[in-house]
Amino acid sequence: FRLSSLIGHISTCPSLIGQCCQRHPGSVDEFQEELVIRPLHSGDIYASFQFRTLWDTDFLQEGQKVSHYRLFPKSLGQVLSKFSVRELHISFTQGFWRTMQWGQPFIPSPPGAELWVWFHDTVSDVDGNWKELTNVLSGIFCASLNFIDLTNTVQPSASFKPLGLGNATDHRFLRYATLPREIVCTENLTPWKKLLPCGSKAGLAVLLKSEKLFHSSFHSQAVHIRPVCQDEQCTSKAWELRQTLNVVFDLYTAGQGKKAFRSSIYLNCGKTGELFELSPATPLLSQAVVLGDRRTYSVFDLTRAETFGQLRSLNLLLRWKGDGGEMLRPLLHAERYVAGFGLQTGEIHTVIYNNHPYRAFPVLLMDSVPWYLQLYIHTLTVTSKSRDNKPSYIHYQPAKDRHRPHLLEMLIQLPPHSMTEVTVQFERALLKWTEYTPDPNHGFYVGSSVVSALVPSMVAMSTNFTQDQPLFSSFVPVKEESSYFVRVYTEPLLVNLPTPDFSMPYNVICLTCTVVAVGYGSFYNLLTRTFQVDEPSLPLAKRLANLIRRIRGVPLLT
Amino acid sequence: MNYCNLITIFAFINLLVSIPHGYSNYVETKAGQFFSSGHTNNWAVLVCTSRFWFNYRHVANTLSVYRSVKRLGIPDSHIVLMLADDMACNYRNPKPATVFSHKNMELNVYGDDVEVDYRGYEVTVENFLRVLTGRLPPSTPRSKRLLSDDRSNILIYLTGHGGNGFLKFQDSEEISNMELADAFEQMWQKRRYNELLFIIDTCQGASMYERFYSPNLMALASSQVGEDSLSHQPDLGIGVHLMDKYTFYLLEFLEEVHPASQANMNDLFKVCPQSQCVSTPGHRTDLFQRDPGSVLITDFFGSVRKVEITKDTINLTSPVEPPIKRSGSSDIQIESLTYVDQLPVAEIIHQQDCLEANVTRCRRKQQRTRKLNCQVVEKQTA
Repeated sequence: FRLSSLIGHISTCPSLIGQCCQRHPGSVDEFQEELVIRPLHSGDIYASFQFRTLWDTDFLQEGQKVSHYRLFPKSLGQVLSKFSVRELHISFTQGFWRTMQWGQPFIPSPPGAELWVWFHDTVSDVDGNWKELTNVLSGIFCASLNFIDLTNTVQPSASFKPLGLGNATDHRFLRYATLPREIVCTENLTPWKKLLPCGSKAGLAVLLKSEKLFHSSFHSQAVHIRPVCQDEQCTSKAWELRQTLNVVFDLYTAGQGKKAFRSSIYLNCGKTGELFELSPATPLLSQAVVLGDRRTYSVFDLTRAETFGQLRSLNLLLRWKGDGGEMLRPLLHAERYVAGFGLQTGEIHTVIYNNHPYRAFPVLLMDSVPWYLQLYIHTLTVTSKSRDNKPSYIHYQPAKDRHRPHLLEMLIQLPPHSMTEVTVQFERALLKWTEYTPDPNHGFYVGSSVVSALVPSMVAMSTNFTQDQPLFSSFVPVKEESSYFVRVYTEPLLVNLPTPDFSMPYNVICLTCTVVAVGYGSFYNLLTRTFQVDEPSLPLAKRLANLIRRIRGVPLLT
Repeated sequence: MNYCNLITIFAFINLLVSIPHGYSNYVETKAGQFFSSGHTNNWAVLVCTSRFWFNYRHVANTLSVYRSVKRLGIPDSHIVLMLADDMACNYRNPKPATVFSHKNMELNVYGDDVEVDYRGYEVTVENFLRVLTGRLPPSTPRSKRLLSDDRSNILIYLTGHGGNGFLKFQDSEEISNMELADAFEQMWQKRRYNELLFIIDTCQGASMYERFYSPNLMALASSQVGEDSLSHQPDLGIGVHLMDKYTFYLLEFLEEVHPASQANMNDLFKVCPQSQCVSTPGHRTDLFQRDPGSVLITDFFGSVRKVEITKDTINLTSPVEPPIKRSGSSDIQIESLTYVDQLPVAEIIHQQDCLEANVTRCRRKQQRTRKLNCQVVEKQTA
């Protein structure tokens, strides 16, 4: 039976596509865009937009300043060359990705803002460059990224390897920071859309209407810049700018949808064709392996005229056929929560699930905890199946008050079909009264933990990195066929710190002044006040008589 | 006959000469009016100082002035918008990414291309004063700076909760009228404005402009000392009051203004009389040199660009040659580049062994127990 439908209308503007969003003849910029729509088992729709701009240039070429920008945005190009950035990943997310209900996302991101940057090894002052870079990015994206400073920046020692080309991985040139409190709204989407070559005037970006995008269960927009292979032989580099937008729409509230489709749309048909029926049916079907899962996709290539049919419009209609079959359980899943009571101590529990029936695999858990939650590392325990599980790599950097957060990285081997629990106790610090936010009773956020893993794949992954692969399957480089790399983010924590009553200084001043005035004042008066008899004033006649008597030297009248 | 012909020819030539002369006179008078205000660019600093969902109306106030100012021509690069809290994407907002000013959700003042420069915890008294006086740290981006010069007309709009002589920022600090007056004096001494229009919509707003002493300042407030500014109408769907009365009528007035309109400040002073606003709006013009009747609304709310007509030709330089691509020298063997392994388990465990060996080496001060191929092992606590 029909649960809901998704209808799209289109008006074609082929001349605009031809001029703007295609490969430029004669120049070396390339632009590709893609939309993947995947209906989820929970009744939601997952839409993933990816826009990729390729630029063949070398910023660090000797003696040559890049001044001509075509498709690559100038604001980002100048940032990359000024701060000698090798890789930049920034994401803004609203909502939390529910792995157990929705599966794995194509590009994961934690709630709030996340920024991690690899600098070139020619940089001498990485911290200075990092500070200036965050300020510049806060201006570009209209976000409060200037709150990123040394108190929430960490330098991971094994996580977050570069996703682009390169050999050197000296972790001194890596910086990672996250702002879990950061809000995402239209003011972040506006500059993000301006980075696209055509803005929001042509291409799939026309679909990006803020009122629809933010009325969703999950919204994440990201910018990833990295060097990639220019061609098959991979002898030279090109810069790749990938802008991704992942949205999960709850159909019962979102209602009608999009306006215009361009370029290609991939529609995930799912393993069984019985989940829903698609009209108009398209002859183009492609198979892609992403995240260890071979799925069939219906492809609508919008650059070809026959997709649009007679009416020059594309109307996508999905009709659900009742409750679908079982969803494939994600193999890796993580949760995190705070246990304990009171405002003195607590315990952080991170739980990682390995749902593979017979294979064990290693995961790298990275935790960055702010300095005001003082961790007691001697209480750190890692247990799997109620037995101690000793990690093969532990890196711990203790926090310095008001200077540096805690960083804990552990490589843990997860036994098959098990639940691993990592617990550590902490104590809450009392901040100085100027360090509290204007709404301290809301609580303080602790950023998500990052779990990076090589998950064994049921299906052989292809290690060839060709240009013709769809964008959503070519983000993470694949090194071996039997496993794929996945990154899972846990929930951020909201922790209440002992908060003083900020009206107390006013109360204390009032009370003290009153006590001093009443108590001390009365006491002082008692000790020093003397009483004198006051004579009543005489009438005028008597005063004149007294004047005459004074002259005469005779005693005065009273 | 010849004489008549001569007269007609003479008259015709005269006409031909006088028409362009008359026309250029007209152009000159028009041009004269054009340059009478003395400013060449416009800036706007719009600040909402209140936090929390029930102060939705202050954000709506600021956004409606932002919308009018943008509509009349001031670009985003010349507007510094400071919103102390996020109402549009607040979880309590039943219609995300919208901020409405009229009930029944008639007008969305948030729009689709808003750019907020200072948001959330960044809206503090210190940041506001730094923006006004220009004393910002060197790494501040351009969009967060007020880059005005001595020919800029600046519009400053403040809204929030206030009292007699102060305005509350984010429920935790306040700015006093003396600080504000001193900031404007600093701006005057540094020649950061040509003329400044200050509008404030808070309770007892007139107290905030009492202490101004710098020239070329005009101020408007929504209520006198001892009076409260009231909010306009609640929306039962959203659950909060949407706008304040003064700014609601100010928005209605500004919706009638278009970039070429000749409305002047005297019309602005009449916005929201006591019958509509319950409070008495006040204004102050004694520090302003021009007569308010000759000051156009668009001098502050709009951005009328001046055009200079030049008669000389300018020679353009030759276009930039695209850089010649390095010819791939086929003799030199370039090795192909590869991607890095995302989770190199063996390498990570090897890193752990290196760290442990370093520690044992430090402790024992002897030869290494195992020969490990540990390259530069930096101390991780650097």
